[in-house]
Amino acid sequence: MFNQPSPHEVKILTRRFGVENSFRIDVSLAHQGYEGLKKAIAMGADAVINEVKASALRGRGGAGFPTGMKWSFIPRTSPKPKYIVCNADESEPGTCKDRLLIQNDPHSLIEGIAIAGFTMNSNKGYIYVRGEYRYLISILETAIAEAYQHNFLGKNIQGTGWDFDLHVHSGAGAYECGEESALLNSLEGKRGTPRLKPPFPATHGLYQSPTLLNNVESFCAVTHIIRDGAAEFAKHGPEKSGGTRLMCISGHVQRPGVYELPLSTTLPFLINEVAGGLRPGRTLKAVQPGGSSSPILLPEECNVGLDFDSLAKAGTMAGSGGIVVLDDTADIVSYALRIIRFYQHESCGWCIPCREGTTWLKKILERLDRGEGSMKDVDLVGELAKNMFGRTFCALGDAAAWPTGSIVKKFRGEFETKLATYQAREISAELVTIG
Amino acid sequence: MSLSLSATTEARWQKILDAYPEGRKRSAVIPMLIFAQDETGIITRELMEEIARRAEVEYLQVEEVVGFYSMLRKQPLGKYHVQVCTNISCMLAGGMELWQHACQSLHLGNKQTSKDGLISIEEVECMGACSWAPAIEVNYDFHHHVTPARFDEIIAEIKGKG
Ligand SMILES: Cc1cc2nc3c(=O)[nH]c(=O)nc-3n(C[C@H](O)[C@H](O)[C@H](O)COP(=O)(O)O)c2cc1C
Ligand code: SF4
Ligand code: FES
Repeated sequence: MFNQPSPHEVKILTRRFGVENSFRIDVSLAHQGYEGLKKAIAMGADAVINEVKASALRGRGGAGFPTGMKWSFIPRTSPKPKYIVCNADESEPGTCKDRLLIQNDPHSLIEGIAIAGFTMNSNKGYIYVRGEYRYLISILETAIAEAYQHNFLGKNIQGTGWDFDLHVHSGAGAYECGEESALLNSLEGKRGTPRLKPPFPATHGLYQSPTLLNNVESFCAVTHIIRDGAAEFAKHGPEKSGGTRLMCISGHVQRPGVYELPLSTTLPFLINEVAGGLRPGRTLKAVQPGGSSSPILLPEECNVGLDFDSLAKAGTMAGSGGIVVLDDTADIVSYALRIIRFYQHESCGWCIPCREGTTWLKKILERLDRGEGSMKDVDLVGELAKNMFGRTFCALGDAAAWPTGSIVKKFRGEFETKLATYQAREISAELVTIG
Repeated sequence: MSLSLSATTEARWQKILDAYPEGRKRSAVIPMLIFAQDETGIITRELMEEIARRAEVEYLQVEEVVGFYSMLRKQPLGKYHVQVCTNISCMLAGGMELWQHACQSLHLGNKQTSKDGLISIEEVECMGACSWAPAIEVNYDFHHHVTPARFDEIIAEIKGKG
């Protein structure tokens, strides 16, 4: 049902994948489960934060923010309740890794959240699971019940006097709820529209209290970082992008799949060695290296590392780790339209540049995809995207504008060809009717 | 009260209502809606009123979220709701053709339900199966690498089960 592993993988977060019944706590415990939590308790909160900082872990949800730094921003001694929230809303097109982590190793996630809870002196955590991932809710609830039985959750955890409850919360279909402040509104039972920042969730998050919010993979990584030490993790990536990440490669490669790879891996290596290369006789057209929100790369731009800084330097982003590969058979105009249809559908409608911008972009791209319109419309797409960028209330607007702008800029020729082909066809059809 | 839900849904409601701090029951509204909809198939006024009462919120606060979230619905769909992803990764792997095949073979359009109420179809956004594309979800069950032939098999299985 899923892909086979690759011999090139470095299995840290996925180390228990493939072990029979890896989702059960007895199996997890037989494979060093909850050793990280015990170690965190012995180390103390300050040492945990320093360790996470030293690991050079950067958030795996999309923005790539240094996790240790985020953890240090939480006012741990605040008299208000402090909350830990796990973002399991996974819905960035191209991304399918959090699902695998929860399905195969829910205990490494629960452990990572518990480590965060202990560190932040928090008593409550929530896992916000996208509504479509319903089967994961029962897996998580069973695993949480097991963790209570073993006193890794609940009252007086491991004799520390610290209490921590963890709950699973279901979303109900809305990409925007992956954005952290919209997620918090949704978790409070409201519509999933974002909040004005500042104040940031670190101080005014869930119920206006200090809140630590991380992606599933980020929490899982912490479990292994604390257990094995920061250096063991950090060594797999460049200085500022530590460790491995679950890379989701999809599209036109021979072996699409989710592979855990060092962040020092390059894009050509991923495509050619890990994912088996392109199909026979095909050539590379483009790659979107960080989910549907990331600017597209031309083949000549693809000789690049997959860490956060290398991709930023290449004018795109590592984002959520979804790498989409397009070969010469792909119709880039239809592809651009499909991207914008998504953002138009998911725009929460809160701010005008995004609501109107995505609607216009969709209309024009629909026209171009039908082979109608002119090159002026292509320019208009570029203009609209440029005007949206940086002017929207949340990053969804940028996420719509950025790839679209990059596609019309880099593939102008493809738009031209499509228009010319359609129009030539129409002229000859007309000649037939006249004749 | 004429609204009666199964013991399973009641238990789920109770569990979720207990998950939030004092005075924060509003948080339970969305999970309560979706858990109930799993049983009832649609969200009725009566259901929203009951949730408002249990979660101690205004009726309008329930209604406004129903309009926001794409999985919550006031119109019934089929017993088996077949969702076909046509987003980028699936599209590159034949997702659009699969969607067209779904429409044509079932004689249904987007969000339409068969006359017997058994099957409805919907073109959906990325469902988190991009590396095993194209993917569909039947209610909450994922199917990966779905060819048109495989699609027909899945439909035949559904019809067999009834
Ligand atoms: C429109 C939008 C959608 C997002 N969707 C997700 C998502 O599905 N999962 C996720 O972890 N982060 C998502 N993010 C990023 C979150 O806002 C946030 O940065 C992240 O969850 C923080 O966790 P991290 O630091 O561990 O990456 C999204 C952001 C935006 C703007
Ligand atoms: S940018 Fe789009 S998604 Fe974000 S607040 Fe504005 S309308 Fe909503
Ligand atoms: S694009 Fe279809 S599942 Fe992600």
